[in-house]
Amino acid sequence: MNSIVGMFRKSKNVLETGGITPTVEEKIRCPICKSIDTKRSVAKNKMVCPSCGHHYRINAKTRIKAICDRNSFCELFTNLETTDPLRFPGYETKLQNSRTVSGQPEGVVCGTATIRTQPCAVFVMEPQFMMGSMGSVVGEKITRLFEYAAEHDLPVVGFTASGGARMQEGILSLMQMAKTSGAVHYHSDRGGLYITVLTDPTTGGVTASFAMLGDIILSEPNALIGFAGKRVIEQTTKKKLPDNFQKAEFLLDCGFVDAIVPRTEMRTTLGQLLKQHRKRGTVK
Amino acid sequence: MTAYERLQIARSQDRPTSRAYIERLFTDVLELHGDRKYADDPAVIGGIGCLGNIPVTFIGIERGRDLQERIRCNFGCPMPEGYRKALRLMKQAEKFSRPVICFVDTSGAFCGEEAEERGQGQAIADNLIQMMGLQTPIITIVIGEGGSGGALGLAVANRVYMLENAVFSVISPEGCASILWEDAKKANEAAECLKITAEDMKRFGVAEDVISEEFVDFDSMCKGIKEKLLKDLDELCALSGRELSEKRYERFRKLGVYRENIE
Repeated sequence: MNSIVGMFRKSKNVLETGGITPTVEEKIRCPICKSIDTKRSVAKNKMVCPSCGHHYRINAKTRIKAICDRNSFCELFTNLETTDPLRFPGYETKLQNSRTVSGQPEGVVCGTATIRTQPCAVFVMEPQFMMGSMGSVVGEKITRLFEYAAEHDLPVVGFTASGGARMQEGILSLMQMAKTSGAVHYHSDRGGLYITVLTDPTTGGVTASFAMLGDIILSEPNALIGFAGKRVIEQTTKKKLPDNFQKAEFLLDCGFVDAIVPRTEMRTTLGQLLKQHRKRGTVK
Repeated sequence: MTAYERLQIARSQDRPTSRAYIERLFTDVLELHGDRKYADDPAVIGGIGCLGNIPVTFIGIERGRDLQERIRCNFGCPMPEGYRKALRLMKQAEKFSRPVICFVDTSGAFCGEEAEERGQGQAIADNLIQMMGLQTPIITIVIGEGGSGGALGLAVANRVYMLENAVFSVISPEGCASILWEDAKKANEAAECLKITAEDMKRFGVAEDVISEEFVDFDSMCKGIKEKLLKDLDELCALSGRELSEKRYERFRKLGVYRENIE
């Protein structure tokens, strides 16, 4: 459907430009190379600095626009709402603030979509919602997505961005690690393909569960990926760690990431991988 | 007793470590070493023994009984190779249809440069998914501290028991207090907020039962645990491998609290 629409579209698809429409000529300064560009040109480049290739953190909505075929994303499980099961101090306020800042009800957005015409289930973690931390709702949505994908014979593409398990929900958050890993198993056991894309930052309980369980694990350049926090390790061991420690390139060297793919090439790479794993007899 | 007081008991150096339970519960024990990939992690001990007359695979996180031992096993903080060793032994148990009994006692997975280089997160993740699919019974007993992901790496079981003074937490109360109030000394309050006690675990469905520590001596407590385990294995061994894996998933599938609105 989408490809046909695209054929008659005269102007360049918004997706090819990152899918972001900034206000006119607002300037942005790259925190890495300090070069100044218009927001428009950075957005056109999918929020990657045109000079040095620095990948800005982007929210779930922008990510979905940049990856999925135009208008193909169909959100699922929006009816799940976070409660405060431990009556944890300050949690309600934190949730409220995160909803306002991120414009999302929780730390992950799930749905189905096509990527370069290939159908798939997609989850994108929202770094602006309590740092994408995983509580009951995040765990439940991801679990349901894998179950849905298994039942509908769909591959799963997941973008991780998380500070780890959400301490405000105590042990229930920790148990989401086991639950989501079980859901990955459920999907995998039925022959489903799961591609993880690690984005900055992916740490703690998310690294130690579904982030590291992809059949294929991709990462954005320079993303921070680890289990324990760098500062915590430095404090415990009283040793200064190298600059590239826990960066995507470091993980690639250590053998924990399949490939580092720049954001500008991610859509093409994912489309290609999905096509290569297309099941015989299910021509779509 | 407050949650923090329980935490202090769970961490106490006088408390029996995994090795003590293994010695009391099992006969004809042979400890097996190494992950066959990198090294042997002394923080995770494992092997084959008999529970009554059932051969089982046991795996425990070991804190060490004296200072020398404690240093050797990183005070019970497993390295990635510890989790990989545990997984190797579990897969072996599955092959020979042996039940797996795990003992959890750790403040958390080892936190350091080499652990990250060797994939601490990947090692734990792999245990979670593989344990979920394991087609043999798994029973886990949290005997002391159940510290976060490092504890969960041995706790994806068909049944989980908590000793009365054991705790299970997503983050150490000290860590939580320093994030929340920038003051690790408020760990007492954080422990209360986090709901980490054995009774809390039972209430959340994270543990099936709490094992009382009120016994005349350690031997008679272990005798009680042995009876409990034998009774459980009687029930679990009647199920097929597939059913065991499915029931394990169902068990964890239910965990979490949220509101579901009608769409």
